[in-house]
Amino acid sequence: MSNTNSLSYVRKEMLEQQPAPRSQVGFTRWVRENLFSGWFNSILTIVSIFVIYKILAGTLPWLFGGVWDATSLDQCRTILNERFGNTHYACWAVLTERWNQLLYGFYPESQYWRANLAFVLMLASLAPVLFDKVPRKMLYLTMAFPFLMVWLVWGGPIWGVTSVAVGFLLGGVAFKVVDRYGSMALSAIAAVAVAVIWWLFIGPSVVEGLNAVAPIGHLEEVQSRDLGGFMICVIIGISGIALSLPIGIVLALGRQSDLFIVKTICVGFIEFIRGVPLITLLFTASLLLNYFLPPGTTFDLTLRVIIMVTLFSSAYMAEVIRGGLAALPKGQYEAADALGLDYWKAQRLIIMPQALKISIPGIVNTFIGLFKDTTLVMFIGIYDMLGLSNAIRANAAWNGIYWELFIFIGGVFWICCFAMSQYSQWLERKLRTDHR
Amino acid sequence: MTTATNTPEDQGFRLSQLIYDTRYRSITIQVIAMLAFMLIAAFLIRNTIINLSALGKDIDFGFLFNRAAYDINQQIIPYTSDDPHWRATLVGLLNTLLIAVLGCILATIIGVIAGVLRLSKNWLTARIMTFYVESFRNIPVLLWILAFMAVLSEALPAPRAFRGDDPAASMWLWDSVAVTNRGTYIPAPVWGDGSVFVVITFLLSLLGIWAFGKFSQRRFEATGQILPNFWIKLAIFFVPSILVYFVMGRPITLSYPELKGFNFGGGLHMRNSMLALWLALSFYTGSFIAEIVRSGILAISKGQTEAAFALGLRPSRTMNLVILPQALRVIIPPLISQYLNLTKNSSLALAVGYMDLRSTLGGTTLNTTGRELECMLLMMAIYLVVSLLISSGMNVYNKSVRLKER
Repeated sequence: MSNTNSLSYVRKEMLEQQPAPRSQVGFTRWVRENLFSGWFNSILTIVSIFVIYKILAGTLPWLFGGVWDATSLDQCRTILNERFGNTHYACWAVLTERWNQLLYGFYPESQYWRANLAFVLMLASLAPVLFDKVPRKMLYLTMAFPFLMVWLVWGGPIWGVTSVAVGFLLGGVAFKVVDRYGSMALSAIAAVAVAVIWWLFIGPSVVEGLNAVAPIGHLEEVQSRDLGGFMICVIIGISGIALSLPIGIVLALGRQSDLFIVKTICVGFIEFIRGVPLITLLFTASLLLNYFLPPGTTFDLTLRVIIMVTLFSSAYMAEVIRGGLAALPKGQYEAADALGLDYWKAQRLIIMPQALKISIPGIVNTFIGLFKDTTLVMFIGIYDMLGLSNAIRANAAWNGIYWELFIFIGGVFWICCFAMSQYSQWLERKLRTDHR
Repeated sequence: MTTATNTPEDQGFRLSQLIYDTRYRSITIQVIAMLAFMLIAAFLIRNTIINLSALGKDIDFGFLFNRAAYDINQQIIPYTSDDPHWRATLVGLLNTLLIAVLGCILATIIGVIAGVLRLSKNWLTARIMTFYVESFRNIPVLLWILAFMAVLSEALPAPRAFRGDDPAASMWLWDSVAVTNRGTYIPAPVWGDGSVFVVITFLLSLLGIWAFGKFSQRRFEATGQILPNFWIKLAIFFVPSILVYFVMGRPITLSYPELKGFNFGGGLHMRNSMLALWLALSFYTGSFIAEIVRSGILAISKGQTEAAFALGLRPSRTMNLVILPQALRVIIPPLISQYLNLTKNSSLALAVGYMDLRSTLGGTTLNTTGRELECMLLMMAIYLVVSLLISSGMNVYNKSVRLKER
């Protein structure tokens, strides 16, 4: 049809490759596409730049012009007046002066090494749980850590915590032995029975004897009311996290169960805990628990708080895990049944690994919530960091200091919580096995 | 063939079947669970009775009808210190509900804006919103409440800064709002004679909007014609009320805050404790809602938008008819639990001295009457009822927007 000869001009040679227009490459293009792609976008950009400028101009000089070396707010202000002629700058000296208090509360200063050692041991025992490249042998440290922590932080003779640990050990041995001959339920009963017999009847006298014969490893005792600062947050947070996951799993299974009474108890517990604020539970722990326990029982306040925080977050945990269980295709349950696995084997080998994987984000969010909620203990007379910030402000030397303390406390929490959420995202990516 | 189908010889019921036979095992487990539960409950109740009798106390809610003898600084219903404890409890509960409702509204607004802006194509705005979300989500709400309280009481001008010919501080919005370190004063409506008619008209026009919506929907289904719904609804909302307002001779007036002596008088006084709690809870919960909204929008695949465009729907109708109904289904359930969290977190009012349920019933009443058990039980029960009401109310809504499956 078309005849090339009839056209006046046909290009015979290829054109040289031209560089892309300036506005379509590199930084310019990025700015055009991301910041000024339309009138609305441009307004947003200008408003954003204005907001950022306002915030930075207001805070940066304040942050970086601060005083790090003073013993009171008045001295801080004197220094600032000499240096800048005004006092619109931070007084970080409160952190340097109260650093130990913010970290350890009223822990005796000569014993700080114990808290530090416990913290290092905690990191070491968390490592094999968090990362599977860490040698598996370190899990023994993880198992021993709860007892080590109690001994290091509260002090006293070593035999008390050892006896508790031995109880668990004997229970485990009993479980293994009976498991060889009987069913799961029987061995669980045997394990609990052996451990309880040890704790109640044999353990105490053995501990007494050992204390008399071999009084080694006696650390200076520290009272619970002397714990505080970041330390108490970590203790409550890590205990709550470690305990709430298994309890939450049990509650979730109970709620999903076909057994009517078990289900009713679990639903009632979960809905009750989720329906009331944590603060009422903490007040119950500090005001009412003495009513519910046999007369004359004294109960360590930190332990009460840990129990309440654990119960609180285990109810939330149960709901998160229930979501994971519900999201699992029904075929997985049926396949487990078809393989002839009993309930616990099916849960352990088929259901839970998948359900927990699905609910990782929710689980970690619950952990983060729990860790943030440890600040609430300030209301029942435990001096965590926020409680200490009030106490520091009540001191005449630091009366009127807010932002430096708030920024420090907020920063500490931010780092911990952000690290947790980043870890959960990493774990999710690592465990993703589906086809993409 | 024959051996496989043979049933085992019936040996009658053996005790071991209670553990090994799945037909009976569930009954065994339930009976044990029931027994354990009842034992624990009996143990706790028995201890409580023994402890109470040792202290010479009993369980008696009669104290609720005694004179409360303390003041509450924010009252929605009239209350004096001569009123009984139950009325103080009610005042506290209303304060809790007020902060919960205000907080939920503001948190939703903040959350939706932040969530949408975080998805914005604008790189800078998205980063700012990420910064907002991450900083609020990862820092305890208690710290935010204290920080907002510190801003309000430390950084704002004192009422006396408004005095004099050349005041250091000035009121906002044409001298109608005074923001001071003792609280914020806003204009308050004064209900004159005949204002009841304006209110009735307003409520009737709300009813009218609802009826018009129904009518318009039916008309659309019958004829396929679309009325300018938004403008007509807007007109119904404003016109009748304003007409009646002028016909009745402008019965509703505003009382403006005025500087009287060393403090402001007139207008509505919003205390710093309430403002701090409200703002902190809203911004904190807003950051969670932002994430919920973002994930809800992301959950709708891009194909839905493209399909709607291919059908020729305008962007606004695409949003209203295609994207939002699907996104809401993802957003509503977690949103409910955020509202519940906000309501429960309002009990942190303790930190700033806002007189909510926990401060009246669980605070002053508990301390002055010494009835810890009754007060705590009642307070937990009230919180539980409020939580259950909110979640059931929202579940009804959730059901109405849920995917209708066959």
